[in-house]
Amino acid sequence: MELIELRDVHKTYYIGDISVPVLKGISLTVAPGELVALMGASGSGKSTLMNILGCLDRPSSGEYWLDGQETSRLSSDQRALVRNRKLGFVFQNFNLLPRTSALENVAMPLSYTAEHLSDRQARQRAEEMLCRVGLQDRMDHEPSQLSGGQQQRVAIARALVNHPSLLFADEPTGNLDSHTSEEVLAMFQQLNQADGITIIVVTHDASVAEHTRRVIHIHDGVIVNGAPAAGARPGGVA
Amino acid sequence: MKGHRTIRAAMKALRRNPMRAMLTTLGIIIGVGAVIAMMEIGTGSSSAIQKAISSMGANVLLVMPGTAASGGVSFGEGSVMTLTPQDCEVILRDCPSVRIAAPAVRARTQVVYGNRNWVPSSIYGTTQGFLGVRDWAVAEGEAFTDRDVLNSNRVCVLGQTLVRQLFEGASPLGKEIRVKNISFRVVGVLASKGANMMGMDQDDILLAPWTTIKYRVTGSALVNTNQSASSSTSTAVNTLSNLYSSSGPSLYPDRSDVQAADNPMPVRFSNIDQILAAAKTSAEIPTAIGQVTALLHERHHIRPGEADDFTIRDMTEMSKTLSSTTMLMTNLLLCVALISLVVGGVGIMNIMLVSVTERTREIGLRMAVGARSRDILRQFLVEAIVLCLVGGAMGILLGHGGSSLVRRFLHWPVQTSPTAIAAAVLVSASVGIVFGFYPAWKASRLDPIEALRYE
Repeated sequence: MELIELRDVHKTYYIGDISVPVLKGISLTVAPGELVALMGASGSGKSTLMNILGCLDRPSSGEYWLDGQETSRLSSDQRALVRNRKLGFVFQNFNLLPRTSALENVAMPLSYTAEHLSDRQARQRAEEMLCRVGLQDRMDHEPSQLSGGQQQRVAIARALVNHPSLLFADEPTGNLDSHTSEEVLAMFQQLNQADGITIIVVTHDASVAEHTRRVIHIHDGVIVNGAPAAGARPGGVA
Repeated sequence: MKGHRTIRAAMKALRRNPMRAMLTTLGIIIGVGAVIAMMEIGTGSSSAIQKAISSMGANVLLVMPGTAASGGVSFGEGSVMTLTPQDCEVILRDCPSVRIAAPAVRARTQVVYGNRNWVPSSIYGTTQGFLGVRDWAVAEGEAFTDRDVLNSNRVCVLGQTLVRQLFEGASPLGKEIRVKNISFRVVGVLASKGANMMGMDQDDILLAPWTTIKYRVTGSALVNTNQSASSSTSTAVNTLSNLYSSSGPSLYPDRSDVQAADNPMPVRFSNIDQILAAAKTSAEIPTAIGQVTALLHERHHIRPGEADDFTIRDMTEMSKTLSSTTMLMTNLLLCVALISLVVGGVGIMNIMLVSVTERTREIGLRMAVGARSRDILRQFLVEAIVLCLVGGAMGILLGHGGSSLVRRFLHWPVQTSPTAIAAAVLVSASVGIVFGFYPAWKASRLDPIEALRYE
């Protein structure tokens, strides 16, 4: 079964009486364990697509099946639950809580999980994740005491703390120099290969896309280059 | 999110910006502090005012003997002799709501000093307790003692008016005055009280041991001597029948009339004209009345349904004034309290709104990782409440400290008010909820996408 399946997804924004179609019929499937790059120029609709894929937004029409669940009609609270259970996010500007230790930053999503972990379990889980991204000796540091690469690794640990099956990275290397970018991308590759986490990297940088195994190009709200598995097959099930 | 975790998260969030948290709570701290200080100083002053009013006699209960009636003609209050000095002692002993009680025997007759004379509007034979009941200070000299009462000593204390009339400015202390040909030594002069609420001069008074007045001056009950300036020189000794006798056969032989006339000793059972009692507080007046009534029923063997042989009067008018004064004070303070807390709450709301705007990205992030809007609402609400409660606690300390300083250095009367403290905690929590709700609601309505993109 596919992890992600979009069927003819449209998204239209309304500014006053003017309708602005951003996504014009996107159909797409992503299998579990894929490492995908979502590429496109600014204004191409890739951010909108990523918001829909990340259950932050709902499509105007079309269906979005995530892990066997139709999510396009879910309420905002239900989508919050889906985000918490199944998805992890890594942002361009890290979005760490200031003046809060790395450990607490990583443990933050755990406070919203339905399964109530004890404080000690939550702490353990967070420590585990920080070890996994190689920050075992930086646990009590605050974001301001960490380098950009380290901050992004804290953000990755935070995204992983709920054991998501799908990780979204929105321009994860946009604020990093080329060396740390390599490190972070290598980490994505490692997570993808070793742990089988499906990763979708949104980027406009071709060199980032090179690190992935599949590239989806978006232009003016449609997929121009579907690449291997997907293809523009409206309503099609792969 | 679990409750304690929410609170911990709120504490952490507040600690991230301690300066601002501090300044935010300042409104509440000052508000609650002002309320507590006002309440403590206010209740202090109000109880001082109450005390002043009750010194006018607002707490005084007047126990009068009952009414005699003959053939359908009743003779009015005090026309039978049913009260004994022992009643007074027992009232003081057995009624917990009664602070102090004094028997009183009244007379109205001429007082003579040298070539001057005067008929004071009241001559009271009583005990030292009378001064306690009326909260009356002795300005010069001292009051007579219980020993004077026991020995029917011929000493007296004069009111200011009487002193002015008889002595024309000279000090009366140690002087002998004559009341119905009995000479009294003046041992003290009362402080001035002025007119009472009915316009009667309260300083026109002579106080003496009740035994002296009863057995040496009037020699009989009030009703018989109520004519002013009676020139009769009756020295007849009161040998009233033992109204409420409960004693067995007497140890000593009865004294003859001659002996009794030669040696006027207090007779064990005799009647008095009234008992003055003061309730501990004005609120306890009804309780005190109940206790005295029950006690006198028992002592006077009055069965249920039978008519009382006494009446109790209290100063309803004064106690009403008193309670309305207190009420006014309380309401005034409450208004001030509300205004300052509302101002503090607006401060909280203001800063929380700023905080929500400033932490838009954080809110977006929390939503992205799975916080529902009610989680966000709760987080910000709890933050506001924690701020208010901490502010409230500090305000209580501040207010209490402030009022302690006022007591220490300005010597104002201050009274710690647990109700005010409880109310302050409650009110500051509700201020947190009321004024924290809008910012928290605003935060919870944010769109995660917009919030994440917010710069």
